[in-house]
Amino acid sequence: MTWEPRPVPDVTPETRRFWRAAAEGRLLLNDCPDCGLTYFHPRALCPDCFAEAEWIESDGTGEIYTYSVVHQISGWPEEHVPVIVAYVELDEGPRLLTNVVGAEPADVGIGDRVRVTFVETENPDVAVPVFEPVSSA
Amino acid sequence: MARTEPVYVAGAYEHPTREAPDTSTMQLHAEVAAGALRDAGLPKDAVDGYCTAGVPEYSYAKTPLVMADYLGLDVAFADSTEFGGSSYLAHVGHAANAIRNGVCDVVLVTLAGRPRSRSQDTGTGVREMITVQDSFERIYGEMGVTNYAMAARRHMHEYGTTSEQLAAIREAASYHAQYNEHALYRDPVTVEDVLESRPIADPLHLLDCCVISDGGGAVVVVSEDVREELDRECVSVLGYGEAIGGTRAGRVDVTESAARLSGERAFADAGVSRDEIDYVSLYDSFTITVLMALEDLGFCEKGEGGSFVEGDTLKAPDGELPFNTDGGGLSSNHPGNRGGMTKIIEAVRQLRGEANDEVQVEDATLALAHGTGGRISTRHGCGTLILGREDR
Ligand SMILES: [Zn+2]
Repeated sequence: MTWEPRPVPDVTPETRRFWRAAAEGRLLLNDCPDCGLTYFHPRALCPDCFAEAEWIESDGTGEIYTYSVVHQISGWPEEHVPVIVAYVELDEGPRLLTNVVGAEPADVGIGDRVRVTFVETENPDVAVPVFEPVSSA
Repeated sequence: MARTEPVYVAGAYEHPTREAPDTSTMQLHAEVAAGALRDAGLPKDAVDGYCTAGVPEYSYAKTPLVMADYLGLDVAFADSTEFGGSSYLAHVGHAANAIRNGVCDVVLVTLAGRPRSRSQDTGTGVREMITVQDSFERIYGEMGVTNYAMAARRHMHEYGTTSEQLAAIREAASYHAQYNEHALYRDPVTVEDVLESRPIADPLHLLDCCVISDGGGAVVVVSEDVREELDRECVSVLGYGEAIGGTRAGRVDVTESAARLSGERAFADAGVSRDEIDYVSLYDSFTITVLMALEDLGFCEKGEGGSFVEGDTLKAPDGELPFNTDGGGLSSNHPGNRGGMTKIIEAVRQLRGEANDEVQVEDATLALAHGTGGRISTRHGCGTLILGREDR
């Protein structure tokens, strides 16, 4: 399965490294060497202090901070609706917007542990990070 | 603040249309501009300031330039602050400052849009990637309603807020709308009706969402010198505050909006207290938008919005804090997907004693009009105006 026909990210020089890492199965965050902020989404200068940020790799684990089960999105493929749109709070701190996949909407809840996984796109240098429940087994 | 010169809203006009397939958005701008000037009793050539935002059907263009040119305006002050639907509250606040600074005397603010004629359906979004943030949000199916739904979900989790409490907000809005002959939906709805309407973005239902309507509105803000020449009853602009909310680089708190800061600033600017407010126009893109604004503006504690809105609190004329007596965006009108202008206009009607009879708040002296534009849970702009009766 590829991400399309869902909309794909617009890759810019500032974000290319993030998307390429995702294509290699790694979730990157930015870390500020001056003030220590670990942040998301990627941007070259730290949004707290404007120092040049570094890239770090996230463990890709966290918990659901909030979510919505969306029943209608124009142009979305029917087999991909309903969609669980969520904010996941990573163990490193940042909350990021994403989808929760591989779970029935009724089984999802705030605080559930999740782990990143990646969906390929037609562009080999871009994959989309999404999250799936960590099985309690 | 040492800004003492009084400034007034002298004219206010809401277009009666809710569906306008056979016109242009620019024509609607002109019609509401003419209506607001007529209401004030001012000639067109008195206008020396102009504000508008969005004009989404002309997004390739330069918003203030195309509209000022179309409307034939020659102005010394222009502002197109873009906060989404709350832009027009910002425009009035900024216009008041420009007038106090002697830049201009008569500022026209217009809004118009036609999403209904363009067949936009509730809960539909845009696929374009315009900003950097879009590539990290919209690819997931994130839309306006999604973000408000996520705020509602977290609010329920942290504070025990219920879908029934959110539905009470729509019930109150629809109760007011039955008396508004122009409202898109005039039939009162019950809490059960809201809960039984189809899910759009869980936990929000169709009836938790504002209407999609064509139309527009305009106001005219004037100096003390101009007001003295007018016969029309004016409304004083007593205070204004604004604030921008965002994702805070991954530290977003979806249960709080920028209304906390815009409200603090507006109340400090006006020098009045919450319990003096007789009527509130609250931005109502969704029911949760109203509930969070009540908390963030300080009309109740954070987390107590749910119990606050139960019963008849928000119902005019006798509720503790009557809101959106025109039926609001939830039942009457959300022209161009932007509810800020109609919030100002209904507050002006209340203070002039010109609201619909059944919902006119007795002796309304102080009103608050609040806008939350853009999207809570991500980027949004809040503008809060405090308005007073002219003879206060
Ligand atoms: Zn920093």
